[in-house]
Amino acid sequence: MRGEVIRRVRGGIAALVLVGLVVAPWVVDDYTTSILARTLALALVGVSVALLTGVAGMPTLGQTAPYAAGAYACAVVGSRVSDVGVVQLVVAAAAGALLAALTVPLVVHARGVIVLMITLAIGELVVIVLGRWRSVTGGTDGLAGIPAVRPFWGLPALASDQARYLYALAVVATLVGAVLVLLRTRAGLVLRAGRDDEMRLRASGHRVALHLSGAHIAAGAVAGAAGSLLVVAQQYISPADFGFDTSALLLLGVVIGGTASVGGALVGAALVIAVRDWLFGVLPGHAPLVLGALFVATVYLLPTGVNRARGRLRPPNAPAHQSDQPAAPDQTNVAELHR
Amino acid sequence: MTGLLEAQEISVRYGSLAALDGVDLRIHDGQRHALIGPNGAGKTTLLNVLGGSTRPQRGTVRFDGRDVGRLGPAARARRGINRIHQRPAVFPTLTATENVVVAALPRVIPRRRWWPGGRRRAAQRLAGPLLDQMGLTAVAAVPAGHLAHGQRRQLEIAMALAGRPRLLLLDEPAAGLSAIEVGRLVELLQALPRAVAVLLVEHRLDLVYALSDTVTVLRDGQTLAAGTPDEIRTSPLVRQAYADGVA
Ligand SMILES: Nc1ncnc2c1ncn2[C@@H]1O[C@H](COP(=O)(O)OP(=O)(O)OP(=O)(O)O)[C@@H](O)[C@H]1O
Ligand SMILES: [Mg+2]
Repeated sequence: MRGEVIRRVRGGIAALVLVGLVVAPWVVDDYTTSILARTLALALVGVSVALLTGVAGMPTLGQTAPYAAGAYACAVVGSRVSDVGVVQLVVAAAAGALLAALTVPLVVHARGVIVLMITLAIGELVVIVLGRWRSVTGGTDGLAGIPAVRPFWGLPALASDQARYLYALAVVATLVGAVLVLLRTRAGLVLRAGRDDEMRLRASGHRVALHLSGAHIAAGAVAGAAGSLLVVAQQYISPADFGFDTSALLLLGVVIGGTASVGGALVGAALVIAVRDWLFGVLPGHAPLVLGALFVATVYLLPTGVNRARGRLRPPNAPAHQSDQPAAPDQTNVAELHR
Repeated sequence: MTGLLEAQEISVRYGSLAALDGVDLRIHDGQRHALIGPNGAGKTTLLNVLGGSTRPQRGTVRFDGRDVGRLGPAARARRGINRIHQRPAVFPTLTATENVVVAALPRVIPRRRWWPGGRRRAAQRLAGPLLDQMGLTAVAAVPAGHLAHGQRRQLEIAMALAGRPRLLLLDEPAAGLSAIEVGRLVELLQALPRAVAVLLVEHRLDLVYALSDTVTVLRDGQTLAAGTPDEIRTSPLVRQAYADGVA
């Protein structure tokens, strides 16, 4: 009953936000529109971070790696092969998935903080490779002048910032929908179970490493697709788009949003990126400092993220969770990320 | 009768402590085997070895004629060794139904193998009756983390049964249950298909005598005695051991 009301309210808010996002390009100027398009791409990477951190229980600082792989694959294909959006998206998602698949052996057997360290190293390594592999990536100068995308064969190229923003919005909405559907399947159920109690999952006969590998590759595909949206939004990419600060901000956004929630991840990541872009203008040079402080404040003052409100809606006499049980997902915070 | 499970010369050491010291155990198809002994005797350790979560330093475990010593818990579960833990292990954020569904998934065979969602639906069909048997229908939609201790234990039993066990390892299934719940548990275990073998660790001897046809007594990591419930009941050795330990 109460759950039904909450669901309706949530659905209503989501619908309002969506309407706001659709009309946004007519309200704000072109520059802001292109910034918004880039923010959408980053929010989608945030969803892939939430998929790993909150749903699968693998906190990650390395989703910029498949994001970069997708972006560069899309940029190369966009400049040399095809300006069709669907093609670019598929190539970018495949590149992200491939990179994730290659790094599977490094991450699926590690847990908690170790995963953070390994994924961080992978992300940094990718940035270094991007800087060195000049013939393909353009080195630290990056790749510029990527032609405007046409969503589908026969459609016109998207010449305005508005059109490119709406394209990004449509892709993000579709992919987020796909992720939500995926989470309702058997795969999503088993992932949540594994985050709750991996040993129990094994005792029931599940191949835990296989499930985690699948989640890692799926999250890589989502991040890769987001990379293609970055290319669409900026028509220019460089290694600076994929640095450690981006990974850290995304994780921060996802933690603020309440790690296990896809909607929360979208909002949290978008919020953090928006704050960064805004601070960048207001306090030139000090943005990292302010965001660092925000990070610390999040961990200490808001240990459960925005989604903590849900915890208050529990029946009053129900125990939050047993002390010997892993924390519930809406109670995961950075300090608890190691299982 | 063939030996479904044969463990030989199992030894597990924790530092200088020998939790298990050359223990043999043989369980036949459909046998109801009880494992008793004072606290710290090594009962849980032996279950861990059989279930695959603890590697013994020495000894072999054969299940259904094959050496499973190198297999982990998941592979053994898929071969039919299912267990419940001394401290109930359930998925706290999943509902009771979802817990059973997850536990059933690896072993259900959907009618149409490649139909999307078929496997999950097949698991779902199993969950209802199992929860009903355990008296958990009323809390089927409640997250397992919100259940009382006894309910969680019953839920884990339902999960173990959902895995279609050929050998069920039960670590003190009655601990923390109310009298009504214990009654239901006894009924359930008595009603298990004959083909399912059970290894029951239990401190309550009345349950042991009611449910088992063979009893093994462990103490300090060694087999003290083994026999029928009647033999064990009257064995002076066992009386002595239990006089020192906990009954
Ligand atoms: N992981 C471990 N590390 C160190 N010692 C352990 C470990 N697990 C068990 N032990 C020790 O091994 C011995 C056997 O423990 P075990 O849990 O098997 O006993 P038990 O027969 O199940 O006892 P209880 O009736 O209390 O459950 C005990 O002395 C225990 O302290
Ligand atoms: Mg024990």
